Amino acid sequence: MSENKTLDFTEFRARVGDLRGKEFWRSLEELSRSDVFDDFFTQEFPQQAIPLQKGANRRDFMKLMGASVAMAGLAACRQPADAIVPYVNQPESVIPGKPLFFASAMPLGGVAHGVLVESHLNRPTKIEGNPEHPTTIGASDAFMQASVLNLYDPDRSQVVRKLGDTATWGEFIAALQPVMNAARTNGAGLRILTQTITSPTLGAQIQALAAQYPGMKWHQWEAVNHDSVREGGRLAFGRYVNTHYDFTKANVVVSLGSDFLGDGAAHLRYARDFMARRRVRHGVTQSINRLYAIEGSMSNTGSVADHRIPVKPSQIEAIARQILAGEGTTPVLSALVKDLQANRGASVVIAGDEQPAVVHAIAHAINTQLGNIGTTVLVTDPIEVAPVNQLASLAELVRDMNAGAVRALIILGGNPVFDAPADLQFAKALDRVPFRVHHSLYYDETSYACHWHIPDTHWLETWSDARGHDGTVSIIQPLIAPLYNGRSAHEVVGALIGGLDQTPYQTVRNYWFGRGATEATWRKWLHDGLMAGTALPPIAVAASAPAATTNQPPATSGIELELRHDPTIYDGRFANNGWLQELPKPQTKITWDNVLIVSPKTSEKIGYTSEERDPLVNEKRTRFATITYRGVSMRLPIWVVPGYAEDVATVYFGYGRRMAGKIGDNVGFNTYPLRFSNALHGGPGARITMSDDAPRIYPIACTQEHQSIDPKLVGERGLIRAATFEGYKQNPRFAQDPHHGSDVAGHGEHSTNLYPAYDYSTKHAWAMVIDTSICTGCNGCVIACQSENNIPIVGKDEVVREREMHWLRIDRYYRGDIDNPEVFHEPVPCMQCETAPCEPVCPVEATSHSEDGLNDMTYNRCVGTRYCSNNCPYKVRRFNFFHYSDYDTPSLKAMRNPDVTVRTRGVMEKCTYCVQRINSAKIEAEKQGRRVRDGEVVTACQQACPTEAIVFGDMNDKSSKVANLKAQPHHYALLEELQTLPRTTYLGAIRNPHPDLATGHTADTGHE
Amino acid sequence: MAQIFHRSANTLSRVTIFGAIFIAGFVLWVIGGIVRSPYFTNQGIHREQVVPFSHQHHVAGLGIDCRYCHTTVETSSFAGIPPTSTCMNCHSQIWTNAEMLEPVRASFRTGKPLVWSRVHRLPDFVHFRHDIHVAKGVGCASCHGRIDKMNLVYQASPLTMEWCLSCHRAPEKYIRPRSEVFNMNYVPKNQAVLGPQLVQQYRVQSKTHCSACHY
Repeated sequence: MSENKTLDFTEFRARVGDLRGKEFWRSLEELSRSDVFDDFFTQEFPQQAIPLQKGANRRDFMKLMGASVAMAGLAACRQPADAIVPYVNQPESVIPGKPLFFASAMPLGGVAHGVLVESHLNRPTKIEGNPEHPTTIGASDAFMQASVLNLYDPDRSQVVRKLGDTATWGEFIAALQPVMNAARTNGAGLRILTQTITSPTLGAQIQALAAQYPGMKWHQWEAVNHDSVREGGRLAFGRYVNTHYDFTKANVVVSLGSDFLGDGAAHLRYARDFMARRRVRHGVTQSINRLYAIEGSMSNTGSVADHRIPVKPSQIEAIARQILAGEGTTPVLSALVKDLQANRGASVVIAGDEQPAVVHAIAHAINTQLGNIGTTVLVTDPIEVAPVNQLASLAELVRDMNAGAVRALIILGGNPVFDAPADLQFAKALDRVPFRVHHSLYYDETSYACHWHIPDTHWLETWSDARGHDGTVSIIQPLIAPLYNGRSAHEVVGALIGGLDQTPYQTVRNYWFGRGATEATWRKWLHDGLMAGTALPPIAVAASAPAATTNQPPATSGIELELRHDPTIYDGRFANNGWLQELPKPQTKITWDNVLIVSPKTSEKIGYTSEERDPLVNEKRTRFATITYRGVSMRLPIWVVPGYAEDVATVYFGYGRRMAGKIGDNVGFNTYPLRFSNALHGGPGARITMSDDAPRIYPIACTQEHQSIDPKLVGERGLIRAATFEGYKQNPRFAQDPHHGSDVAGHGEHSTNLYPAYDYSTKHAWAMVIDTSICTGCNGCVIACQSENNIPIVGKDEVVREREMHWLRIDRYYRGDIDNPEVFHEPVPCMQCETAPCEPVCPVEATSHSEDGLNDMTYNRCVGTRYCSNNCPYKVRRFNFFHYSDYDTPSLKAMRNPDVTVRTRGVMEKCTYCVQRINSAKIEAEKQGRRVRDGEVVTACQQACPTEAIVFGDMNDKSSKVANLKAQPHHYALLEELQTLPRTTYLGAIRNPHPDLATGHTADTGHE
Repeated sequence: MAQIFHRSANTLSRVTIFGAIFIAGFVLWVIGGIVRSPYFTNQGIHREQVVPFSHQHHVAGLGIDCRYCHTTVETSSFAGIPPTSTCMNCHSQIWTNAEMLEPVRASFRTGKPLVWSRVHRLPDFVHFRHDIHVAKGVGCASCHGRIDKMNLVYQASPLTMEWCLSCHRAPEKYIRPRSEVFNMNYVPKNQAVLGPQLVQQYRVQSKTHCSACHY
């Protein structure tokens, strides 16, 4: 059963103008004003009746009920027998019941992300950023947070395999000997393929190996490889360099297709630095920075830009040249150029990883011209051990494999059979290598194509080292012995070198002790998680403007394909990570899938004008479109997203794995076949046609309209409030409602509440303020919350039924024009209302008020009526419809946070403000006979946030950060007119458009 | 047509209907009794242990302080079960050949831990912390009973929520001076006066909101 909804974008455009009292809109569905859209609000779970409608007649019902009554008796609660197993010799530092934190580093794309790992009795359970580390500065992103799930993943490879069958490490060594002997005598034929490597120790090992086997060649390939950044640097400065940026000094930032706030090795650091310059505090902030984003698809960076110019990615080069020449042909570009000229030495022009090398070279030239090099743009020697053009390196390997010149290939990490450019036909070439070994975490597509597979160690299981984005070296120390008999890359390369059988610990330690380390420095490095002073020093360079290239005339017509790595599962390596699969992608809010993303205009052009829906289950469905690019055709579900550039089709790669594991297999579509070696990031000349066999429709688990606040509840002022910086200066109270404004933080001076107010004067009053100006929608908080609070995943089918369990969702709002809207991100955890609507409706008092103002949720008391959820105007409660938590897999038990109950079926749950952390801090303070200090309780979301947009604390403490924010004039509460007195409140979003351009849709919402 | 039911059925039905209230009440009373009974709470039930460790001997007889073995009782949620090495501190010197202690020596020799049977078990949704209770003047014996008189340890208290709340609602009835927390023989002289005093002095708060324990 399905019905068609016409997508009349012209009508939608008209409706943008007259939305009820406010100009923000959440999605195209909202603009469509369909009945189905209303169902999202009128029914808490519109589709839940469906599973019951199938089957289950009266007899079955009686049987089930009878059985459950009988079972209920059986299951009654005698305490099961339990054992306590103490140590034989207890390590001095271990206190059972108290976690320890160890500094380490997570390598991603070769770059070290400094972390602190929480360890409960030697089980790592949670990853936090290391505040001392330059790349992470205490923040963490979704990949870092979720990597702990990869560690315990039961689908990880657990055994050495020979041709798919179980083998042993010893057998592998034995098989290796003749191959290495042959390589020694013949010289050539031995090849190593790695990912990007910054590890000094591993680099030295590979170089030692190369010295031993002079004919050996070392190749590098990673699907997300930053080749164009590398080549652009070489084009500009004549050699490979590493560029990083200091956004704290930049007044004006121009992104040429770069998502520096949401993606890339240093995005946490960049987001912290960039947003430090746009945090508006009354009476303190004199000016804020300005961001121009020129890009095709909507990135996190583009979504928070003051001016966003959607163009085809291939047109960015021409625009960059205009900026270099100091001329702007459009009003926005001329404002941009003026801004750059006015901020010499205090601006940044940054090109995107997916842009061609020449755009990077132009960006360097602009920065040189503006005197930014050395101030905001820091150029150093490369951080990689051996920087190469990875595409060329892989192409050379494939050529040699095809020529039969490769006798033995050792693949250390990566999954090239899956992620190499399609036209290289890596798998076919690989078949010609007589001895091939794959060393990886999973038995994956490449492992299957190799003779030998060696299970890798997770970074939490082994010793290693790596460099941060600025070159700072971190020692990676293990938190746990290898769970699944993995061998680290150091051991595999060690085995190739032969001789001493060293453990990774000895290898890493010997390397650094050979370079002047002492026991004292070594211990300090391990303690700090980094080696102070190892950041690479900036070098003085100047870039010359690159010659005009003619090889790629910008195509003016036709559709341009834009290929990007997936925002949540990266290049496919995290495909078996359920947390990341179920994480809504920042802009589309789609989970468990990749789609063909087009803008409304493109959608009209290709004739996708009606979408399918199942009105019964309100399931979002979409039709298939066929995209043809360079002769490759592929059917993908189509998805319309506002703000994408016209005639651009964006496709994420990483999905469609066949051998990822139980979670990741056959999820989404493998789009690597669209990736060609001379067009790694897509290009012009694509064609999209709607598939003719139209009835085929595809359900999409998109969370955008899930748990939405009913528009009928929303007052005149809306849920997100924004102003320009100029507007803020004129009316700092732009976000506050003149009728309720002063009341949102208080204890109800103007309250019309019938219930007596609680008295918190002698207690703590926990509260949270979220600054919507500086939230980039990066999703770090969502996974941090999931990891801290043992939140289960539910799978695609259940997400379609709106049953995702995330305690924290990030609402996305648009404003203005559907073709180039402004975007706002608003994280919504539980509001912890002082007069909470959920509390009075609970028949069993499972949700109640705590002494310090939390809405407690008592799982063991909950009987699952869901009245509370029904009565929550903010829709922040989540219900365990089924037994979502995995109680059986032993390795996953070890991953759980022991301080938080694992919830079972039939229980309501919600954000608790990380009450386990609050209680811990309170108890420590009580033991010392003092009050909890400001900053002592840090919630998981707050700790992860790279921009410090989430601030938590005791608002009774008038000197606390949170009390200070509550006193800001642009502070407001959601649905304040309902008098729920939420403890979670917001700061209005402040953007800083150029004064010459501050008309149109960037107008203030403040009304006097 | 003859009546199906005799007139007396009216009385019977009235008694049944009104009696149902009492029957239901009785059933609830019985259930209430059962869930509070040792059958469910495990109160007073001895557990077989790998070594029949006698607290009576070690605590009352030898005068070893609780914290000699339960080292983390003041610092952590978990009081701590001593590692084998703690046992061997003494038993490498005395009773070195006792047959009863062979599992301990074996554990120390082989590095395999002793596996004790848990006596006090709270459900996973309850988060109890020893450290704060000790810091606020709750004596060991207040919950664990006279451990110094137990050969094999058993659970002296029911560990039901009702029982927890009896103190959480009125801590002044149970609080003792911090110096007496580990004293098994402590008998309050004048709790009615001393209790409120200590509650004031130690800033003991009556925590009865749910998230004090459940989260």
